[in-house]
Amino acid sequence: MTNHWSDIKNADVILIMGGNAAEAHPCGFKWVTEAKAKNRARLVVVDPRFTRSAALADLYAPIRTGTDIAFLGGLINYLIAGGKVHMDYIRSYTDMSFLVKDEFAFKDGFFSGYDAEKRRYDKAGWEYQLGEDGYVRTDPTLQDPRCVWNLMKAHYSRYTPEMVEKVCGTPKDKFLQVAEMLASTHTSDRVMTILYALGWTQHSTGSQIIRTAAMVQLLLGNIGRAGGGVNALRGHSNIQGLTDLGLLSNLLPGYMTLPGEKETDYEQYIARRAPKPMRPGQLSYWQNYGKFHVSLMKSWFGAAATKENNWAFDYLPKLDKTYDVLQVFELMHQGKMNGYVAQGFNPLNSFPNKAKVGAALSKLKFLVIIDPLATETSEFWQNYGEFNDVDPAGIQTAVFRLPSTCFAEEDGSIVNSGRWLQWHWKGAEPPGEAKSDPEIMAGIFLRLRDLYRKDGGAFPDPILNLTWPYRVPHEPASDELAKEYNGKALADQLDPKDPTKVVKKAGELLDGFAQLKDDGSTACGCWIFSGAWTEKGNMMARRDNADPYHNGQTLGWAFAWPANRRILYNRASADPAGKPWDAKRKQVWWDAAQGRWAGSDVPDYKVDSAPEDGMGPFIMNPEGVARFFARGMMTEGPFPEHYEPFETPIGVNPMHPDNAGATSNPAARVFKGDMEAFGKASEFPYAATTYRLTEHFHYWTKHVESNAIIQPEQFVEIGEALAAEKGIKAGDRVKVSSNRGYIRAVAVVTKRIQPLTVNGKTVHHVGIPLHWGFKGVAKNGFITNTLTPFVGDGNTQTPEFKSFLVNVEKA
Amino acid sequence: MQVSRRGFFKVCAAGMSGSSLVAMGFAPTAALAEVRTFKLARTTETRNTCPYCSVGCGIIMYSLGDKAKNVQAEIMHIEGDPDHPVNRGTLCPKGAGLLDFVHSKNRLKHPEVREPGSKEWKRITWDEAFTRIARLMKEDRDANFVAQNADGVTVNRWLTTGFLAASASSNESGYITHKVVRSLGMLAFDNQARV
Repeated sequence: MTNHWSDIKNADVILIMGGNAAEAHPCGFKWVTEAKAKNRARLVVVDPRFTRSAALADLYAPIRTGTDIAFLGGLINYLIAGGKVHMDYIRSYTDMSFLVKDEFAFKDGFFSGYDAEKRRYDKAGWEYQLGEDGYVRTDPTLQDPRCVWNLMKAHYSRYTPEMVEKVCGTPKDKFLQVAEMLASTHTSDRVMTILYALGWTQHSTGSQIIRTAAMVQLLLGNIGRAGGGVNALRGHSNIQGLTDLGLLSNLLPGYMTLPGEKETDYEQYIARRAPKPMRPGQLSYWQNYGKFHVSLMKSWFGAAATKENNWAFDYLPKLDKTYDVLQVFELMHQGKMNGYVAQGFNPLNSFPNKAKVGAALSKLKFLVIIDPLATETSEFWQNYGEFNDVDPAGIQTAVFRLPSTCFAEEDGSIVNSGRWLQWHWKGAEPPGEAKSDPEIMAGIFLRLRDLYRKDGGAFPDPILNLTWPYRVPHEPASDELAKEYNGKALADQLDPKDPTKVVKKAGELLDGFAQLKDDGSTACGCWIFSGAWTEKGNMMARRDNADPYHNGQTLGWAFAWPANRRILYNRASADPAGKPWDAKRKQVWWDAAQGRWAGSDVPDYKVDSAPEDGMGPFIMNPEGVARFFARGMMTEGPFPEHYEPFETPIGVNPMHPDNAGATSNPAARVFKGDMEAFGKASEFPYAATTYRLTEHFHYWTKHVESNAIIQPEQFVEIGEALAAEKGIKAGDRVKVSSNRGYIRAVAVVTKRIQPLTVNGKTVHHVGIPLHWGFKGVAKNGFITNTLTPFVGDGNTQTPEFKSFLVNVEKA
Repeated sequence: MQVSRRGFFKVCAAGMSGSSLVAMGFAPTAALAEVRTFKLARTTETRNTCPYCSVGCGIIMYSLGDKAKNVQAEIMHIEGDPDHPVNRGTLCPKGAGLLDFVHSKNRLKHPEVREPGSKEWKRITWDEAFTRIARLMKEDRDANFVAQNADGVTVNRWLTTGFLAASASSNESGYITHKVVRSLGMLAFDNQARV
């Protein structure tokens, strides 16, 4: 979230799209009802199903799954064409006046530089024009046809209300009602927040959907403001934290990235990640990248990371490509992997195309499961009849199952969607011999290190030199680890303004990432978490819920990264002169008397930079402003474009009916064999989508008796019209099949799903809750991801769970 | 004057009788009917965070026992933390069932192994589990570690074993997991955020 949960109360309009907060995040949704009750806010819900969020909405619009870019693109067109934009905001805070290279073009569904054979773009032309001074050329008059504003206006002029209806199935009048309500927040005194979840990320165009939403919010001037923002409601309790800590194939902690194998030169590796400002007077905060990186390497490798060895640059593995989970299971399926460890994760249930995932696991030599619960993955080799029809004797994988603690049995912190690091305390011992994850990691690592010490082996250096300063080596404690990621001084740190003064003595914990150095004199395991545990104590454990400004910003509660800042980009809550756009929603402001920024929040800005310096509010971007034009940063183009899901119920992209290559995301990665496994509407005519129920959490709560009682059995939702067509009554058992397999479940016949008219054709949706499996105390059921396609978003490779094709028959 | 249910428990725990509270005119009658009052009042309270969705609701876990060394703590009740600025004491149907998660009969209790081709689990010790896993990993790493790519560039990567990290484990678990995994040169590394 750019903002945070309690901040939702400050909104005038709330758009829930690509999520269903009322059921999936009920206690956070309370702030939506608070905004409605106390702030007379209006709630708008756009969803294929009339969800419980929709039931409380002032306005609900149905939409076909996987067409959100068409809807949001329609909004962009509506706002621009109708002049409903916050012009003062976007003039100063976005790239609208930046000039783009002449090579950049868009035609017939493809951007310039497309290579159809490789399904990839040459993105060299997707860049700004640079002037002789090295800075980006701009045209503040917005007359130049190559300025971002004019290119964007032209791009979205095709997204008319009629086209929205044709693609999304949303009736034109409904769309226009939504557009009008959202547009009402383009003034300085009104703000909209957008809440989304996996309903946006789990598409082959997921990242671009979210970008389109960000563009809408920028046009309306709603980023950086209380009650505004683009707010991802994350799916699990510490997905935010594990992402922040970089536990992804290509990342390092704090959104730093691993080197690619072509990046052989250390200086260039850092320089590429520390861009110089692209406009005069901009901060470009990532210029500090070297400080964050060196401090990380000191934290991990201690004295073995030296200036001479480029801070142990060779210790880091170099990427030839990203090994995301789809790539890894593809390799596993090809028999190219031998071992796998699943820590608190149930891939057999969680990944698409269960048949492929099960077959892949069967080719491993060993699988290690670390979990508090008996997961399906841990028993992928066991025959559970129709739910898992395998022959154990034929599966030669050794499986180790290691019991771990759950939340109640450990100390530590987790990060909520609002970026709050909240500390929790152990309340009981774990059952049996269960151990904490750090103990289990230590148990494996220390034995590996002993083996490498004793016997040698392949490149043992990073293993032998990994810092392991824990009081009890086989039980690293949470407080030790938290202090390690916070960071400490390795040598006395002197005050840059007065070198006779020592700011930090060697060994002391740092106050925050501003104290990090690239000379090896500081260590810090995750720069964005720096400040979480300082010499003043554990900031994550703070429990002062005082809210002095009545805006929900409890700065004394826990710790929010970065730097305890509660709303990102909050400099944009004030006008270029440093005065809040809206006096009743003050975030930060320029205090001329003190010569610094002040506010109800920690300013997201260089705190002593006066408004007349002209520094932009988006300090992480070298432009200093937000981007409508994504340059070469997205796989499939600088402006989001609608492409159909890979399994499309209409078989054609109505935006580009004459270019079959632009039906679905032209730059998404599809593995050999998976393209053939996509179904066609002729055989699988219905648009399916998966989702959570309010009574269950993922695949855990089927192990929980109370939840198993209130929602015991697997079901699917179909609309009354489809049910009538198929002769299905409520309570009948039905078989739902895709090109990859089938599930059987009870049919819930509902008014919540209505047929839509899309491109002149009737499209029915089938809703498939995801919670069942063959382990648990609930009634056993089928794994929903038996049905889903093995293809991911073009940028993140997040699987397309939310849009695929099925058939439904009476079982 | 208003008194919360929790505040009421505390007042009771301080030794005042229910009837005198009524006489003072502020005891909620619903709370007086609460038969478990005194049982909760004797428990130990521990603050925690709900491990399900990402709202991060504050919870209070009530356990029997005072955490003394010779006492086995047993969590017997979990409820929303009324001081928490986001959930302000409320919990959803998932959070309200947390106690049954902690005590689920499907909690794993001992390390186990399923040998190749077998139909069943066999209980093993932690030492055996760690030693066997470490040997398997080392064997695979030593056999398949790529020190240099085809162009002779140092790449120091290990691609034949992968690691999938959790979604609800703590930052401290995540941090040490990342540290260990990268030191081995692994790239087939992801967490639930990917899906």
